[in-house]
Amino acid sequence: MRMNVTDEELAKAAARGDRAAFSTLLERCYDRMFHLAFRLTGSRAEAEDLTQDICAALPAKIVRFDGRARFTTWLYRVVVNAAHDRRRRQATHVRAADGWGSWEIARREADAETAERIDWLTVAMRGLPDDLRDTLALVLDEMTHAQAAEILGVSEGTVSWRISEAKQKLRTQRQEEDRA
Amino acid sequence: MSDDLDDLRAAMRAATPEPDAATRAAHLALARKNFDLIQGSRDTARPMSDGSKPGLWTGVKIMLNTLTSRAGLTATTAIVAVAFVALTPMRDVIVPGEAPGFDPAPAISAREAGGAADGTLRTVQEAPVEIAEDFIADTAPAAQRMSKTLAAPAAAPEPGQAMMPMPQPDMLMPSDATTEVFANADSNPLQITAETPVSTFSIDVDTASYAVLRNSLMQGRLPARDMVRVEELVNYFPYDYPAPAGDAPFQTTVSVAPTPWNADTRLVHIGIQGALPDIAERPPLNLVFLIDTSGSMNQPNKLPLLKQSFALMLGQLRDEDQVAIVTYAGSAGQVLEPTAASDRQTIMTALNRLDAGGSTAGQAGLQQAYATAAAMAQEGDVSRVILATDGDFNVGLSDPSALEEFIADKRRSGTYLSVLGFGRGNLDDATMQALAQNGNGQAAYIDTLAEAQKVLVDQLTGALFPIADDVKIQVEFNPATVAEYRLIGYETRALRREDFNNDTVDAGDIGAGHAVTALYEITPVGSPARLTDPLRYGAAPTGAIGDELGFLRLRYKAPGSETSRLIETEITTDMPAQGDTEFAAAIAGFGQLLRGGRYLGNWGYDEAIALASAGKGEDPYGYRTEAIQLMRLAQSLSAQ
Repeated sequence: MRMNVTDEELAKAAARGDRAAFSTLLERCYDRMFHLAFRLTGSRAEAEDLTQDICAALPAKIVRFDGRARFTTWLYRVVVNAAHDRRRRQATHVRAADGWGSWEIARREADAETAERIDWLTVAMRGLPDDLRDTLALVLDEMTHAQAAEILGVSEGTVSWRISEAKQKLRTQRQEEDRA
Repeated sequence: MSDDLDDLRAAMRAATPEPDAATRAAHLALARKNFDLIQGSRDTARPMSDGSKPGLWTGVKIMLNTLTSRAGLTATTAIVAVAFVALTPMRDVIVPGEAPGFDPAPAISAREAGGAADGTLRTVQEAPVEIAEDFIADTAPAAQRMSKTLAAPAAAPEPGQAMMPMPQPDMLMPSDATTEVFANADSNPLQITAETPVSTFSIDVDTASYAVLRNSLMQGRLPARDMVRVEELVNYFPYDYPAPAGDAPFQTTVSVAPTPWNADTRLVHIGIQGALPDIAERPPLNLVFLIDTSGSMNQPNKLPLLKQSFALMLGQLRDEDQVAIVTYAGSAGQVLEPTAASDRQTIMTALNRLDAGGSTAGQAGLQQAYATAAAMAQEGDVSRVILATDGDFNVGLSDPSALEEFIADKRRSGTYLSVLGFGRGNLDDATMQALAQNGNGQAAYIDTLAEAQKVLVDQLTGALFPIADDVKIQVEFNPATVAEYRLIGYETRALRREDFNNDTVDAGDIGAGHAVTALYEITPVGSPARLTDPLRYGAAPTGAIGDELGFLRLRYKAPGSETSRLIETEITTDMPAQGDTEFAAAIAGFGQLLRGGRYLGNWGYDEAIALASAGKGEDPYGYRTEAIQLMRLAQSLSAQ
């Protein structure tokens, strides 16, 4: 019944407390959210945890959806911000683990095996600086440069520059690996 | 310019997995629940289905998803990656992947194992626990963890890391199968008695390594070498050591036997049996379950298994014991107030209500757990925090020194910490060990309900009631009789010689009824097996004690005490062999085979299996039979 209703209309209804609208909207956008989460994090477990964070917080956030932006743009901004938060937390966590677990984490040969199994592109993307990775993830997710710019709150020119920068870095990395 | 972007786009699409059906359902349920909470629309709210129990069919679907996404993937993106950098002259593109033994298949069997575990759960659920009184009977080495033993200084190179510039090495993992980190060090080398006559280490009653190894073999692949900590394999099994008499906290038994893999060396077998205080008079227990409810826990062999395991354990508690539940990676925090164990219904309801849900608040989970434990503690109680996780250690304290101080401080205040690992793929063995060590606790890995039974039921007393803290062992070998020696295992437990007498240096703890086993392979003076030449100018040793092999010193502290006590035993050639040496030696040999042991000569799986079978003994719980099966499995796998 609601099949023809746009995301924006559903979101506005959800913001007013329409449970069914929220539910339908979530069903519609969950997979997109998960895909973006995966591209931003580069791992399934991370993506699942990130998506869970977002699902938990979304009901509170949707209330503030005012329909000025496209819903997808709004949603992607939520996802990107959640990824930033999570990364920040992880950075401190990693530092923590380095500090107190150092004598235990002496040998990590297991990592070598791990790395070998990882899909090249996913790994390579994780090697990019965060801003380049986020921008690339969005653009690879069918977002135009203009949309990505809106989501990230930067200018379109910056997005274009980051994309070419990211491609350049991936290319260099590939070349180095092939030479190695 | 846009062409290569399209290629990348296609590659990325191929590389992105579909969400797991069960996880998706759980997340949607969570969002709806929170929506209702916020909107207050109780009229439309309806009971949530418990999303954390995916059925077998879901398991199969997950399996299929995994199959397509993993198997297809490496190839697709690699091809595109080639196209993408087609400008560069290159030889064959080496797709990092497809290392032997690491093809997609194991991931699938992991899922199958998960499904099977789920099946098991159901069965057991229907048959409530009836293991009442006799759980004390088996006093096997369970798992208790020690403290900072500076065995392998952290500066070790990390070969894997060099491959790619990666900002967060800990976060290295693709889809669902892989951020595992294992703690280990190089095998202990041969020592020349004349140069280093003294060997010092901290005891280790952990068993996590054995369970992880079993899990690997059951999935059809040989464990990575670092997964194998030989002493944890040996200590997994109960041995028939004599119990201490009188008030002594433990009894040391030493025997000397021929080495199975070398006719010209001898095996010194040191067994330490902890006393089993009268269970009827044990002090009341305060348990705080600190449970990881992050999204990745939502798999049959994680949260559901955890619930079943704790349910088993509840059956062992007394009415005066208290239980509280705190979740992390969960919005809820404390989900069960301290509740008397007699109120099983309330506890079980709270446990069953847990689902992988809530935002990853990560706020002070550990602090809250300890605070809860402190609030529960009364004079004479034993308090313990039990952390259950699949590897997400975002427990809320992020400053390393603060965390270390925090845990150590809580340890001194008498609250112990145990860590239970669940599921594979995200398992952070190293951090698990480190946490448990700092908290004077045990680290165990639960992969099946049977393992939960062993750790949480059969050995509950040992796991929860410490009888001696900071147990250190020092063996001095006599250069007149022993030319060379080698400690088998305990690589991560080594202590500096001077730390033996230093009571401020932390070491491992022994729980009620625990047994600890250590094995040395020694080369007698004059043996053809000697690998080093004797010194021409070495002093000729003399004296009345000339024919002793060595001298064993053992230090321990009574729980809560600041000063250690010393027990001394001499090791002589005429010590009688004990029945259990054969089996312990077979397991030690098995562990060394898996680690690619270089001291075993031609001794292989056939010999290990024969020896273990011969030394199997009574084996009332079937642990040893299982070990022999694992040996056979490893033999077949290594022959491939």
